[in-house]
Amino acid sequence: MKVLMFGWEFAPIYSGGLGVACAGLTKGLVKHNVHVTFVIPKKKRDIQTHVNLISAAEIMEKIKTICIDSPLNPYLSSTAYSKLAEGFSDSLYGQNLFEEVHRFSEAATEIAKQESFDLIHAHDWMTYKAGLNAKKVSGKPLIVHVHATEFDRTGGNGVNQHVYDIEREGMHLADKVITVSNYTKKMVEKHYGVSPDKIEVVHNAVDWDSHNVEAPKITEKDKIVLFLGRITLQKGPDYFVEMAKKVSDIVPEAKFVVAGSGEMEARMIHRAAELGIGNKILFAGFLKGDDIERAYKMADVYVMPSVSEPFGITPLEAIKYGTPAIISKQSGVSEILKNTIKVDFWDIDKMANVVAGILKYPKLKETISEEALKELRKISWENSAKRCLEIYNQVIK
Amino acid sequence: MTSVCIYFQVHQPFRMTSYRVFDIGKHANYFDEKKNEEITKKVAAKCYLPANKLMLDLIAKTNGKFKIAYSISGTALEQFERYAPEVIELFKELAKTGCVEFLGETYYHSLSFLYSQKEFEEQVKKHDKKIKELFGQRPRVFRNTELIYNNELGKFAEKMGYKAVLAEGWDRILEWRSPNFVYMPVGTKKIKLLLKNYKLSDDIAFRFSNRDWVEWPLTAEKFAAWISAIQGQTINLFMDYETIGEHQWEETGIFDFLKCLPFELLKYSHIEFKTPSEVADMDAVATLDIPNTISWADMERDLSAWTGNKMQQSALQELYKLESAIKKSSDKKLLEDWRKLQTSDHFYYMCVKYFSDGDVHKYFNPYDTPYESYLAFMNILNDLAIRIKKTPAKGLFSRLLRK
Repeated sequence: MKVLMFGWEFAPIYSGGLGVACAGLTKGLVKHNVHVTFVIPKKKRDIQTHVNLISAAEIMEKIKTICIDSPLNPYLSSTAYSKLAEGFSDSLYGQNLFEEVHRFSEAATEIAKQESFDLIHAHDWMTYKAGLNAKKVSGKPLIVHVHATEFDRTGGNGVNQHVYDIEREGMHLADKVITVSNYTKKMVEKHYGVSPDKIEVVHNAVDWDSHNVEAPKITEKDKIVLFLGRITLQKGPDYFVEMAKKVSDIVPEAKFVVAGSGEMEARMIHRAAELGIGNKILFAGFLKGDDIERAYKMADVYVMPSVSEPFGITPLEAIKYGTPAIISKQSGVSEILKNTIKVDFWDIDKMANVVAGILKYPKLKETISEEALKELRKISWENSAKRCLEIYNQVIK
Repeated sequence: MTSVCIYFQVHQPFRMTSYRVFDIGKHANYFDEKKNEEITKKVAAKCYLPANKLMLDLIAKTNGKFKIAYSISGTALEQFERYAPEVIELFKELAKTGCVEFLGETYYHSLSFLYSQKEFEEQVKKHDKKIKELFGQRPRVFRNTELIYNNELGKFAEKMGYKAVLAEGWDRILEWRSPNFVYMPVGTKKIKLLLKNYKLSDDIAFRFSNRDWVEWPLTAEKFAAWISAIQGQTINLFMDYETIGEHQWEETGIFDFLKCLPFELLKYSHIEFKTPSEVADMDAVATLDIPNTISWADMERDLSAWTGNKMQQSALQELYKLESAIKKSSDKKLLEDWRKLQTSDHFYYMCVKYFSDGDVHKYFNPYDTPYESYLAFMNILNDLAIRIKKTPAKGLFSRLLRK
């Protein structure tokens, strides 16, 4: 089986949630003897991967529309970007992103002509047009994989019509839609009018690689509560900060680490100061590589207060490093994880109660992390890939 | 003659509230009155009331040949008195028939036997007293919480004056022996040990409505035939009373099954119903040595459902650590709250054993996860500890006053 895949990121070239999921899923597919050609828009760095990694960058350069200064990221991963974006009329996406998406889709036509494959698999809206073009020239079936929708990214307020249209077109013209959770499946049914029979759920998993980095505590006495993700509305950083105030009233030795960057960062720093916990919350910025592992290991508890999370791999990562995770009920990962405590993202009181409890009662922390780790061992990319392969076989026949 | 000895366990815990960290030191509303009332009334309607009426009816129609025993925890009795007094009235009527025996247990359905002998004795006596008050008989047979049993319990029950004590007829203990005979605990003089026939008991309690079971549907006629074929002194059928109408819903035909069972059994001339204390009048065939603690729970038949993980162990340790301070204080409410927290269900809710598989443990758990029940429990214990500090110990002054 040969699959032509279009993605926007690919770990470790870029380690956003999408890149991690694409790398994990393809790793699993390769174990099931699927040959994957993975196309990304970025320039390829010299790395070893398990897939045939193709960069569309060279072809894209030849497709001149308007000159591009820097490729923008659809997930707003850095403060640098949010500063950049201030110049644009659109608050969430710069115009350049759409041009980049367009050129990527043009390049896809060329690539599809050169490569041989049985089906096309496209990850998230930036690649849907590329997938559709490849389908057009090859006549092969297309699967679009929904890792997030515009409704998750915006919390339903200020949905970008252009992005929504691309998503909707991709979902309707594809032969199958894969969503990362039942939560996302319902979203796709409700907001995009896709028939439930056409949607299959393939949950994400976690990669077992670890670099075994050392993770010293800030001081021995400190208890650390971790937030790791983009500081954007979707991830619920504001609920985390409010929770931090309530917890620090009960557990004075608690410290709160916010790892990530995003357009709400400044507001969060102000709010922390307003609440009088400026010295308790540390804004660590965007973490990469070993620092991510270190952050998970240092933490006593990981909190994912997302307002809307199609899946959410980070709690699984935390558990992998022995840290218990508290997760929002509004998430896909809550469908597969039992040994955690689930809270509504808006239920700050419950969140604070649970976090304070984990910090106060060591046996709670120990038991929950041990049991979660046992459970995590049963969740693998290989299983997700197997599910994916079943869907491939459905559309090929 | 072979006797059939039926005992039903009746129990309801005082379920806790989701007491939060922020509540510590602020208020002592530990128990969810609304939920407890709701559940008591629901189970009364589905099980206790119709089942009690059925038993009264069966005793009348068999002219007293049908006999049963109940063990009712103090926490269940208190909740019936408060939320469903008609259940108590029916139990009183059952007591008057002379065909119903009430067993002794710890008032708070606790694990105190494992943690504090003093507290255990006090709770057993408190329960005895309550049964005497309500039903006019003093329990003569003892059953410990969840049939938790070992040699020490057998000796203890004898010392307390009981005629018999109940335990699980678990294969690993019995080896080649049969549960259908009367035994004696090792190291005792005359107390008897009655063992649950778990296969036949579980056919009713767990398998009755299981359509994948080869014997489904189980009829009274079939079940009676199985029993009649058994060689032995007694077939002990022990189960939760809530089996009738609550675990096995009315729609499964459980009431119809029980309606017919006594008559089907009495068709066999060698079968008679006996209460546990009547069975205890028979001679024992052997002594049984059970040094390791057993129970009637789960596949393991051990204590792991209540004491298997670190949360459970720490919760129990912290709870019993408060005993001497609680007893030194003069506060009755404090003692009562502490005792209500001893009910085994609280620790059962913290069990993670099968949590990932989402099985029977989950069905009974008022919390979403074992972790949340531990959290609430520990928060409550912290508040309790603060209250103890605020309460003056029974000091010289109060002792002088009493003189």
